[in-house]
Amino acid sequence: MGCPFDHTQFPVPRDGVFTPSPAVAPGPPQQVKIWDGSTPWMFTRWQDVRDVLSNPDVSASNLAEHYPGAGEGFHEVRLRYPTFVTMDAPEHGRLRRMLTQEFSVKRVEALRPMVEEVVDDLLTKMLARPAPLDFVENFALALPSTIICRLLGVPYEDAEYFQSRTVVMASHRSTAEEATTAARELIDEYLGDLIDRKIADPGDDIYSRLIHQHHLTGEITRHDVKSIARLLLVAGHDTTANTTALGTLALLVNPDQRAKIEADPDLVPGAVEELLRYVGLAHSGARRTATADIEVAGQKIAAGEGIIAVNTAADRDASVFADPERVDIERENAREHLAFGFGPHQCLGQNLARAELQTVFRTLFRRVPTLRLAVPLDEIPFDDMSLNYGLDALPVAW
Amino acid sequence: MKIHVEEDKCVGAGQCVLAAPEVFDQRDDGIVVLLDVDPPAAELGHIELAVRVCPARALALPEA
Repeated sequence: MGCPFDHTQFPVPRDGVFTPSPAVAPGPPQQVKIWDGSTPWMFTRWQDVRDVLSNPDVSASNLAEHYPGAGEGFHEVRLRYPTFVTMDAPEHGRLRRMLTQEFSVKRVEALRPMVEEVVDDLLTKMLARPAPLDFVENFALALPSTIICRLLGVPYEDAEYFQSRTVVMASHRSTAEEATTAARELIDEYLGDLIDRKIADPGDDIYSRLIHQHHLTGEITRHDVKSIARLLLVAGHDTTANTTALGTLALLVNPDQRAKIEADPDLVPGAVEELLRYVGLAHSGARRTATADIEVAGQKIAAGEGIIAVNTAADRDASVFADPERVDIERENAREHLAFGFGPHQCLGQNLARAELQTVFRTLFRRVPTLRLAVPLDEIPFDDMSLNYGLDALPVAW
Repeated sequence: MKIHVEEDKCVGAGQCVLAAPEVFDQRDDGIVVLLDVDPPAAELGHIELAVRVCPARALALPEA
């Protein structure tokens, strides 16, 4: 092992919009340095990421001494407002199972007409405005925000407010104080007030069901309910918004791939899997700690050491995905991407994300056949210093 | 063809349902349920994919 001062600082800035740094290319496990000065083990190969994330001696708990938090601010928010994301069995399963029914394949299938209506409505509004405009604000962010508001039972008028708090909470640049102030405003004040309204006047929504079926029955505390609502609200809009914007951009700069979707909408489900693989959204990786001495990919990890499993690096592993730097919407095994993570913590809302993204890419180029970038690619502001990768804006015209 | 299902491990991600909808479903609470305890050989490809993409490694094909 080299001197600790030689370790790569993680996260590593990208070389281009869709070009990760060679420092996170799939390779053997290595130690990296993170914001708090600690040196967790980074896993980047597809098989290693799957193995480490499904290893029973690897914990997701952020209470461990050497837990590699994802940024100073977000780490503090997760400590103060814990959810099942940072818990292990059996508590993880107990809490997650309160929500699995809300995102089952069947439940999400039943939501498709609503998703289609929102997509159509937003595109109609966008087309009524003068071009060029920002596709992120007018469509990519508005779509998942509208949908998670409806599902969770949060008024959409408040979307701008929770979006602004989310940006501060999720930035690697935020201090603990900045992030926890944003979290307190969103969670304790805003989502807390909403609990009282839903106790008095329950709606047909996830928040009301959590409150009435699990909180008022004594299974989970008021603090738990607010924290879970924060998770759903943030995970429900930030991720899909950025995948929509980045996926659209990937198709705009790869016109041959876009033409294939336009010619055959049946290719869309496979295309969405490939775009999930290619855009590399969750670039902060899954944060874990070994609870026993383990060996992964020939590397011994001692009990207590931190682990970062970089699923976005694994999704560029050439031993699994041939020619991984190329976007190929007909890629046969795109479905085996790890964009939603792996192991018991794999994304709870992935079926909803798929339904939203499939609807977008079935509809967008049909409704807006002349859609194009309004600025050169190198002028598009991308944000690789947030928990999830994204675009600050995507100027488009048609 | 017998499929080994460890219900306790299931996290309700629904990946098996997407991979092999003729073989797997989810209960109302999202947990896996086997629709066909002895699926035909024609389903093998779908079932193998389900086993591979199950995030909780709750599925196995013992004879494979």
